[in-house]
Amino acid sequence: MESLLITILVTSVPILLAGTGELIAEKSGVLNLGVEGMMLTGAVAALGSVLIFGNPLAGIFFGALAGILISLIFSFFTIFLMTNQVATGLGLTIFATGLTGLIGEPFVGKTISSLPKIEIIFLSDIPFLGSIFFKHDILFYLSILLIIAVHFFLIKSRYGIIIRAVGDNHDSAHSIGYPVKIIRLLCVGFGGMCAGMGGAYIPLVLTPHWSEGMTAGKGWIALALVVFASWLPFRLLLGALIFGGITILQFVGQARGWPFPSQFLNMLPYLVTIIALSIISIKTRSGNTLVPSSLGKPFLENN
Amino acid sequence: MDKKNSKTLLKASGLTKKFGSFVANDSINIEIKKGEIHALLGENGAGKSTLVKMFYGLLAPDEGNIKFNNKIINLLNPKFARAMGIGMVFQHFSLFPALSVSENILISLDEKLTKKQLEKSIINTSKKWGLKVSPSKKVAELSVGEQQRVEIVRCLLQKPKLLIMDEPTSVLSPQEIVNLFKVLKNLSKSGCSILYISHKLHEIKEIASKVTILKSAKVVDTMETKNVSTNILAEKMVGKKIIRLKAKKNLKKLKSNLALSVNNLYRFKKNQFGVTLNNINFTIDYGQVLGIAGIAGNGQVELMEALSGETLGKKEEIIFENKSIGNSKIEYRRQLGIEFVPEERNNHATVPDLKLHENTFLTFFGYHIFNKSFFNKIFTNPKLSIQASKQIEKKNDVRCPYDNPLAKQLSGGNLQKFVIGRAFQANPKLVIISQPTWGVDIGAANIIRQKILNLASMGKAIILISQDLDEIFELSDSIGVISNGNLSKIKNKKNMTPTQVGLLMGVS
Ligand SMILES: Nc1ncnc2c1ncn2[C@@H]1O[C@H](COP(=O)(O)OP(=O)(O)O)[C@@H](O)[C@H]1O
Ligand SMILES: [Mg+2]
Repeated sequence: MESLLITILVTSVPILLAGTGELIAEKSGVLNLGVEGMMLTGAVAALGSVLIFGNPLAGIFFGALAGILISLIFSFFTIFLMTNQVATGLGLTIFATGLTGLIGEPFVGKTISSLPKIEIIFLSDIPFLGSIFFKHDILFYLSILLIIAVHFFLIKSRYGIIIRAVGDNHDSAHSIGYPVKIIRLLCVGFGGMCAGMGGAYIPLVLTPHWSEGMTAGKGWIALALVVFASWLPFRLLLGALIFGGITILQFVGQARGWPFPSQFLNMLPYLVTIIALSIISIKTRSGNTLVPSSLGKPFLENN
Repeated sequence: MDKKNSKTLLKASGLTKKFGSFVANDSINIEIKKGEIHALLGENGAGKSTLVKMFYGLLAPDEGNIKFNNKIINLLNPKFARAMGIGMVFQHFSLFPALSVSENILISLDEKLTKKQLEKSIINTSKKWGLKVSPSKKVAELSVGEQQRVEIVRCLLQKPKLLIMDEPTSVLSPQEIVNLFKVLKNLSKSGCSILYISHKLHEIKEIASKVTILKSAKVVDTMETKNVSTNILAEKMVGKKIIRLKAKKNLKKLKSNLALSVNNLYRFKKNQFGVTLNNINFTIDYGQVLGIAGIAGNGQVELMEALSGETLGKKEEIIFENKSIGNSKIEYRRQLGIEFVPEERNNHATVPDLKLHENTFLTFFGYHIFNKSFFNKIFTNPKLSIQASKQIEKKNDVRCPYDNPLAKQLSGGNLQKFVIGRAFQANPKLVIISQPTWGVDIGAANIIRQKILNLASMGKAIILISQDLDEIFELSDSIGVISNGNLSKIKNKKNMTPTQVGLLMGVS
């Protein structure tokens, strides 16, 4: 039981991180469907840098950096050349899948050392809860702190309100003097950093060796997660745990020979998202608009 | 006036702004004194918004300079303008619907306040000037009038020396306009200068002491408002004598003249921003223009949808020539000889990205289906719709930038002439038109109004839904007022005054 809960928590970290980043990007009005690609890039960069420097912490750094760099490609096209965000995001994932396959080729068959576990003094001694929540790696703690920070940032801070404003009506934001494109560039960059770290978590903690396309759809789940969470950070945290739990259920089900096919469980996160979406759309019809209004729309200056 | 008050606050010399090769402002000179209310008058497209965007740092001039308190200033972006003491209320607001009022204000204040301090100063300012706002509400929940108050409060919190207002009254009720003018006059007494943009002449006479007239990117004249009549202002703004409309011929009153009757029409609102239509009753005879006045957002859109068949109800709610059509679709109503011109010429009346003839085809498609052979139901003959389009363009003075343009490439006035001409082309018996001259320049508006009168002279029935009171009184035979989904009793124009109508508009 204890180990099952720990596995669920750990499995949730990549989608939580990637979802956190995407949430900020979407709040600013940019829909980046390249999350899967950015995660893959983060994963391969992390793995490579650990092989080179021998230190798993370098993996976090280079994973994040790689995520930022590849998000710049997306930003350049969508924000400055005003290409279609959906097409560009899909293109980014396809591009990154190929690129990481090429870069990762020499890493095949090599194993890296994992991120060390940090036990938090006192807290980790609490019976049962201690070993579930307080004996994890640094990126785990970081991901939790990050989503809490994002929550307060968006609601309380001036900059958070500005990001929401840009996502709500970019023309208004422009006319009162905010640099819409720069703000979006930063938000997408933050999204890239988080997706990169989320991707890095996979080789650094979950499976310590390279295989092509090793994110296995986690980027898509992260995208669904943001919608499921209706752009609310704490719902995102909850959703990450649910989606993580469903993933683990698949393995448990297979191991125990449950009578329904694993494909069904594979499908579950998306099914849950569709249900959540229907509920949200009912809510929005009664006037509670949750979707950032300018999500996916290119910003044309001089209007 | 004492000496202090007549000092110059802002002076622009030789300001020129080009968009590509198009000159939107051509060496503009304008001078605004401290504490004065200065009006900027001009038709749509004259370049008013472009000019004030340069004062607010949103556009950079290509030539010329702006002096503020006798110093040349270089406004790199709106933050610089706000720091100098220049505030602006935009023509199409610059608010964020998903954010609360106080969040909206917070991010445009360059001074950093805590939430409590901010709410306190919002409430103080709104009390001081009589501008009621509630800081915790979401902007999406506010009426347009309230939204404008939020914009004004937002500017006032910065203690501006110059407040720019870009066509502030186009969305307000007569009563709200009275309140706004009170605020502006008080502001000017307290020493704040106001640059007031409008194309409504009587407003300018009422509120401003000076007026600068802009026409086709150039300043025509600057004058004291007390020495000039609205007629002269209008002529300077349009650049030629304004032709008066030819009055319509009245038909003999016949027994069987009834065109349409609407009986206890009811539609529940589609969402929380909509309006419920409550027991609407009226009739209209052939040869008549029925004007329905009201401030936008009081059920006009819903009424139009119910009349056109975009929303359906009970059969007996709408009766046209003895046929009950309350539950029949728009195509059937068209076949009976009713045409519709909705208020949104882009996206609703036309598809912006299709060519004019394709837009013509779309409206006449129904006739193809019912009148033509199987072959014509499947294939289209572009020649026919191009022909029809050309006719519409010719008859209605639709000026195209080039042959067969996309709908979005026409200017507002020309597209509106096209949309109305297209409705008339079908030779309808009844036309229902909503806001036909909204955002259309005086020249085009006059042509459109004359068309409406001519059509009525030919014995057609016309329902004119408009928030422009002058237009309602100029064109209609009888008038009703829609307010919050209720329609007042229809009365003959002779028995009504604009003040009465104004009061009915304000009831909510
Ligand atoms: N960003 C822009 N790019 C190109 N043309 C523009 C732009 N802004 C305004 N214009 C053109 O400049 C002219 C003046 O516009 P505007 O200043 O908005 O007029 P007004 O406010 O007097 O109605 C119009 O013909 C408009 O189409
Ligand atoms: Mg304008």
